[in-house]
Amino acid sequence: MRLEKRNQSSAVAMALAPVGAVGFTLLIASLLVLWAGAPVGQTYALLLKGGFGSVFALSETLTRAIPLMLTGLAAAVAFRARLFNIGAEGQLYMGALAAVVVGGLHGGTGLDWPTPVLFVLMMAAAALAGALLLLGPALMKTRLGVDEVVTTLLLNFIVLLLVSWMLDGPMKDPTAMGWPQSVALNPALELSKLIEQTRVHTGLLWGCALAVLLWLMMKYTVLGFDIRAIGANARAAAFAGVPVTRTVVLVAMLSGGLAGLAGAIEVAGRTSYLTLDMSPGYGYSGIVIAMLAGLHPLGVVLGSVFVAGVLVGADSMSRAIGVPTYIADVIVAASLISVLVATLLTQYRVRWQA
Amino acid sequence: MMELIDTLANPAFWVAVLRIATPLILGTLGVLLCERAGVLNLGIEGIMVAGAFTGWLAVFAGASLWGGVAVAALTGAVLGSLHAFLTVVLALSQHVSGLGITLLATSLSYYGYRVSFPKVTTPPTIAPFGPMDWLGVPVLSQQTALTLLALLLVPVLGYVLYRTPLGLAVRMVGENPQAAEGQGVSVAKVRTGAIVAGSALMGVAGSFLTLSAFNAFFFNMINGRGWVCVALVVFASWRPGKALLGALLFAFFDALQLRLQQSGGVTLPYQLYLMLPYVLSIVALVLVARKASYPQALMKPYRKGER
Amino acid sequence: MIDPVLRLTGITKRFGSLVANDNISLELAAGEVLALLGENGAGKSTLVSILFGHYTADAGQISVNGQPLPPGDPRAALAAGIGMVHQHFTLADNLSVLDNVMMGTEPLWQPFTRQRAARGKLLSVAQQFGLTVEPKALVGSLSVGERQRVEILKALYRGARILILDEPTAVLTPQESEALFAVLGKMVAQGLSIIFISHKLGEVLRVSDRVAVLRGGKLVAQAAAAGTTQAQLAQWMVGHAIAEPVRQPTAHVGSPVVCALQSVSTGSGRERLAQVSLSLHAGEIVAIAGVSGNGQLALAELLCGTRQVQQGRVTYLGQPWPGQPARLVAQGVARIPEDRHAVGVVGDLPLWENAVSERLRTPAFSRWGWVRRQQARAYAQRVMQAFDVRGGGATSPARSLSGGNMQKLILGRALTQPEPGADHSAARLIVAHQPTWGLDIGAVAYVQSQLIAARDAGAAVLLISDDLDEVMTLGDRIAVMHAGELTSALPAMQWSRASIGLAMAGLTAGASMADTGELVHAA
Repeated sequence: MRLEKRNQSSAVAMALAPVGAVGFTLLIASLLVLWAGAPVGQTYALLLKGGFGSVFALSETLTRAIPLMLTGLAAAVAFRARLFNIGAEGQLYMGALAAVVVGGLHGGTGLDWPTPVLFVLMMAAAALAGALLLLGPALMKTRLGVDEVVTTLLLNFIVLLLVSWMLDGPMKDPTAMGWPQSVALNPALELSKLIEQTRVHTGLLWGCALAVLLWLMMKYTVLGFDIRAIGANARAAAFAGVPVTRTVVLVAMLSGGLAGLAGAIEVAGRTSYLTLDMSPGYGYSGIVIAMLAGLHPLGVVLGSVFVAGVLVGADSMSRAIGVPTYIADVIVAASLISVLVATLLTQYRVRWQA
Repeated sequence: MMELIDTLANPAFWVAVLRIATPLILGTLGVLLCERAGVLNLGIEGIMVAGAFTGWLAVFAGASLWGGVAVAALTGAVLGSLHAFLTVVLALSQHVSGLGITLLATSLSYYGYRVSFPKVTTPPTIAPFGPMDWLGVPVLSQQTALTLLALLLVPVLGYVLYRTPLGLAVRMVGENPQAAEGQGVSVAKVRTGAIVAGSALMGVAGSFLTLSAFNAFFFNMINGRGWVCVALVVFASWRPGKALLGALLFAFFDALQLRLQQSGGVTLPYQLYLMLPYVLSIVALVLVARKASYPQALMKPYRKGER
Repeated sequence: MIDPVLRLTGITKRFGSLVANDNISLELAAGEVLALLGENGAGKSTLVSILFGHYTADAGQISVNGQPLPPGDPRAALAAGIGMVHQHFTLADNLSVLDNVMMGTEPLWQPFTRQRAARGKLLSVAQQFGLTVEPKALVGSLSVGERQRVEILKALYRGARILILDEPTAVLTPQESEALFAVLGKMVAQGLSIIFISHKLGEVLRVSDRVAVLRGGKLVAQAAAAGTTQAQLAQWMVGHAIAEPVRQPTAHVGSPVVCALQSVSTGSGRERLAQVSLSLHAGEIVAIAGVSGNGQLALAELLCGTRQVQQGRVTYLGQPWPGQPARLVAQGVARIPEDRHAVGVVGDLPLWENAVSERLRTPAFSRWGWVRRQQARAYAQRVMQAFDVRGGGATSPARSLSGGNMQKLILGRALTQPEPGADHSAARLIVAHQPTWGLDIGAVAYVQSQLIAARDAGAAVLLISDDLDEVMTLGDRIAVMHAGELTSALPAMQWSRASIGLAMAGLTAGASMADTGELVHAA
């Protein structure tokens, strides 16, 4: 079996590709549901309802989508430049930690500065924390040729241990009676709710705004051209005068910054505390979302709502009929692989001979 | 300082070193085989989880311990075939395919565990491999048979790679696939074989944790060991002998930090000790970075007959 | 009636809508040297790749000694006695000569390897054909000529009786080419048949018994080499007469120095410069001859801004060398890189972005970090029209262009100034590295005439080429590069093919390393 490049990809094929991929994924998931002994149709119905079927469900989905949007954007901008940032998870926690350091109620009152200043400082600190964390692996790649996939992955584990240490010691919440969480965030710094009586907060606006900004940057600015050129062909980009190392550093700071912001926005919008289990793998899911969206910032917004809906829907479905929630992760991972295959098949034809 | 000498003089310490090194040896050899053929396999973390789970589940369902190991190897081989299909036949990005497989294999394993044991509070256990008392060699006797397997595989893999036509084909395919094709060797077949075999080793590496080191399956059991193996392969310059050395070195420091924690000599937070292995892996990568002589075709997709 | 050693019948191969081989039928007798001629893109490489099993033909048969050859399988071709010496060597640098030769000769399931026997066989085969080789050496440490010998030995070791050589002299000095022809003679004497692909007409007539000419995928002519002239070959190859660009001797005397290198050293290993001195004057073409891999890439990268000077000095228009690509372009340096696909364009990006890529950081095309899209697209349109770039709209990806059109785009953007109406003479220095490599004759003539036109308008042109004919046709002054060192750039009249060949091999008779800086022109 081999592949032969098509002359032109038909528009129909390109539109059908993601649909076919998701359909194939659901087929796999159906087998898993049967293994759990649950009725397939009802399971999917509950999943859909739990994710999108009511105002409450939608609000939960949107709330879950916020950090995914940001980690998705972080992955999208980095992968565009072929900087494989797998460390968004760690950068998220670093950002959350920085937010709590700056904006937390240390000793009862925290930093005594005007709220707007403190808020800006908190967000900036979070972005900076994430950015600096990715800078190390990025420089190791450009200067020493060390593959950034492994270094960013290993840093995730290191950061989680660091956060655990902080929560045991300097950042411990004195009022939590031993429960591992940080000092609370100054309530004045919390993000306000977007929709009353739901958990959806203004972080959603941040996410959408950043997506639009990122899209504009990639398409219309010189930096956007530089990033796309480096990702496509770094040698040709250097020949054309693109400052490669400087651009990669900028991309790293942008990507890490977005992931760091994701952490801060989670703390300020949803939890008000930093805990160890704050992120059920948002950093990794962000990568899947970015790939599903073809690295397109606006696609990331859609993709994050889709994945969030699946995750939220699976939680609710699991409570109802007991199919383990991990089916959501299987669906997301299988979607990634099948979308890649489907997209490839729109560009290549299969030939069944030598 | 005295504690350090005490620790090193204690045979129990070296027993721990070998035990910690075993999954690393197996996993690193697996990655080494894949990368020698020119393919990066980032599915190792997920394959180790899957191998740990399926191997243990087989034994729980009544299979023998070696039967469980075989099941784990088979699981690895199946996942490896998927990776081979995506990267060799379809020539997709090796990074993305590997990461996708890690996510898929991990979530499938966790799902399978939850479906099989919906309402357990303490993880169910099995009877694991016992020590090899019949060996009569200190330190080694207290290891299980899987450790012996791992140690024996090092010279075997070295022999295959450097002294057989198959090994030469694997190395050639990783250096210059066009050259291999031009000498009548099917690049696709050799790469697929190397990936499947390497992934089987990764599955066995995972099963060591549930069938030998421990006797139950926990979530987050692998905890980044797969990524450490990827780092160790670079450190080992893609040579089996150096891979063994790297794994032992790493296990040495890992066992050391455990001992230092327990001895309570220095009062540093335990998290700092736990960080040590990961930090060392990064340091190792940086140290060998300049001199690394990659298999030249590593990570470059190869499409036969494309203009 | 003896069967021909090789017979091709009706071979046809399509790549999408392109017909690379169109119903080709050929025969080859034992002990015969057949030359396969054609321009780039005529289908020669495709045909031999089909023969060797890299591709499968869509129609047609191949038979060896009367036996049909299974298609698409290099193993079958090897078993039938067909061996191929590829144009780009298929060797693994990190493995030894012996490993490269032995690979695939023993069954994969054999649990041991017979290295000593293989070594002995390799040495005896090498001796039989007059080739010297060191089995234990790592291929990465060998010179180009030595690597070609290993590539040839790979085929001979496996008992090839039909040998295909794809552009073998492209990477050799004239003297090394002679040595190769001697080896070919030995092969023929032992009954081997040879298919020899080349675009060098003189060589072809010298070495071969018969010639076959491909054009546009079809076999348009076959003839005995004796009694055929080069002009006839060129006519068959192109189908009509092509006007060769004519270079008038330059009338500029004592014109200003545009760019000067003084004892420049940089790089290490194979791609390095060792105390190179050169001065380029306005209104002249300085051609650098030499076999690829002797430092030409280092020199080109230096003058294109992607490599920095380590020792020595470079000046441009009397000022220190700007050094960065963006500044070079802004100050009138036009650059044509050696590798269009890998360095010249970003294949995935659209044509218009590639057209402005090296000027993006100037006020003409960007303001405060935002791209001025309208101006950029207008510029791209002008370039594509002026230089007749065909094969896609401004938004199609650059990799969809053919080689010739891609080169025209690269040339056009280098020579076209942003302000509408300005003429090309604003480019003061042109750095052209293998500008006509891989192009068909029409495109070659176009590029060469553009270089001459730029020279006539007063630019200094540095032409780096491993094509000796091109060097001697275009160069006002010629210098030769070997192992990172550059001879003096002497007027073309003071060189002969033979003396250039000697210099290419590093055997110069008393040439000095310093450029005199004085330009002496023939009347």
